[in-house]
Amino acid sequence: MDELLPRSLTPSVLAVLVRRGADFAAAEDAVQDALVEAVRVWPKDAPRDPKGWLVTVAWRRFLDATRADASRRRREGLLDEEPVPGPAPAVDDTLQLYFLCAHPSLTPSSAVALTLRAVGGLTTRQIARAYLVPEATMAQRISRAKRTVSGVRFDRPGDVSTVLRVLYLVFNEGYSGDVDLAAEAIRLTRQLAAAIDHPEVAGLLALMLLHHARRASRTAPDGSLVPLAEQDRGRWDTGMIAEGVGILQAALARDRLGEFQAQAAVAALHADAPTAQETDWVQIVEWYDELVGLTDNPVVRLNRAVAVGEADGPRAGLAELASLSDALPRHTAVAAYLHERDGDLSTAARLYAEAAHKAPTLAERDHLTRQAARLNAGLRR
Amino acid sequence: MAKYLLLKHYRGAPAAVNDVPMDRWTPEEISAHMQYMQDFADRLEKTGEFVDGQALAPEGSWVRYDGEGRPPVTDGPFAETKDLIAGWMIIDVDSHDRAVELAGELSAAPGAGGKPIHEWLEVRPFLTAPPTVTE
Repeated sequence: MDELLPRSLTPSVLAVLVRRGADFAAAEDAVQDALVEAVRVWPKDAPRDPKGWLVTVAWRRFLDATRADASRRRREGLLDEEPVPGPAPAVDDTLQLYFLCAHPSLTPSSAVALTLRAVGGLTTRQIARAYLVPEATMAQRISRAKRTVSGVRFDRPGDVSTVLRVLYLVFNEGYSGDVDLAAEAIRLTRQLAAAIDHPEVAGLLALMLLHHARRASRTAPDGSLVPLAEQDRGRWDTGMIAEGVGILQAALARDRLGEFQAQAAVAALHADAPTAQETDWVQIVEWYDELVGLTDNPVVRLNRAVAVGEADGPRAGLAELASLSDALPRHTAVAAYLHERDGDLSTAARLYAEAAHKAPTLAERDHLTRQAARLNAGLRR
Repeated sequence: MAKYLLLKHYRGAPAAVNDVPMDRWTPEEISAHMQYMQDFADRLEKTGEFVDGQALAPEGSWVRYDGEGRPPVTDGPFAETKDLIAGWMIIDVDSHDRAVELAGELSAAPGAGGKPIHEWLEVRPFLTAPPTVTE
């Protein structure tokens, strides 16, 4: 059995239940039950119509739960009549589910958790492990999120950009626990791209593929970070890069540029260079100019300063850097790098140590400490 | 079984024997240190004694309640704060002796010159739930 099959059907099955009149929270629970049942039964007895099977089982679970709830409430004198389920339409509401799970009324962490469960079909336990929180905490987060969106109309289109931000957050979380969140984000973005024709959805998918293709080369066997320039490009996944570039080119051809397409274009230029020395930094700077125009995000300006440092020399990069607040995350690390390229090794060593002190992740801290150590060792000789 | 917190300090612990800041080590010495720490945690997982390990950023802030309807007051970080925790490992072991033994091993992690750091680690027992049998 394809292990992903039941999960990939989650959103469309859930959408059928909601269209039939089930409330979202109860339907979602019923679909989770059906998924658990599928994992148990399908390896021995695979259904000919997997989606139909899931809909039937989930609907039965939903009715059982509703009846139990209704009779309890009737016993308690709280209910007059049972809700009547609506008809089952043929349309696929996968897209509506994405909108609902990324609804602007949800906090980012709730939207992420709800998307992974209701669209991705992951269990609460898997999501909890991936985010290193207790299962009870994650269960609460998900049920609160479900309550928050319970009154949202299901048939109104939402905002694609909020969905993209949620998927981007999932992708960036990378890998922890037994779920590969980056791979899951790619799967969900691919599914979204199939449901809606939108250049930024394609841009995000391309961006994810282009980054994911380099993942194996980003860490050394001992777990330490390997910077882009030192990565073994032979270990990049060329098939995935080709797919990402293809998707990006088709999106760019539609001339509706957005943030994710521009970021993907930068990633594509890196992926395209046979060696670090052959990177087309001039074009990368141009894409960062586009990005600055689109977002005016200081982090983008910081990345642009690095690119300028490569295209026009470290002094030019340092001049760009001087116009940015040194409170920006990684500002000091960039300054250290540019000073090293400029030949001022003792300043670079001092700044690397300072950047290590401010590093937001353990891997970056270790990496920056090693950079400082490397320069200091050279200076002692 | 009893849980212990092994605390590592940025500041506030007595000076280590081999007290050289990490950016003055060689890159190879840093790798050896990282490997030792990883191996130590892996080994404790295998013996069923590892609970959790986390590292903390060196800079945070102080926060306190400032009365009804007001946002909390924040202050700091204070450079003069004497005690600054760098991270912890929580272990679940059979005895205090075992906790001390493990802290000793952790303190032997190699540093500058490939020699043990002899860093001072703080070992703090968790307060536990009252036992079922009391007499």
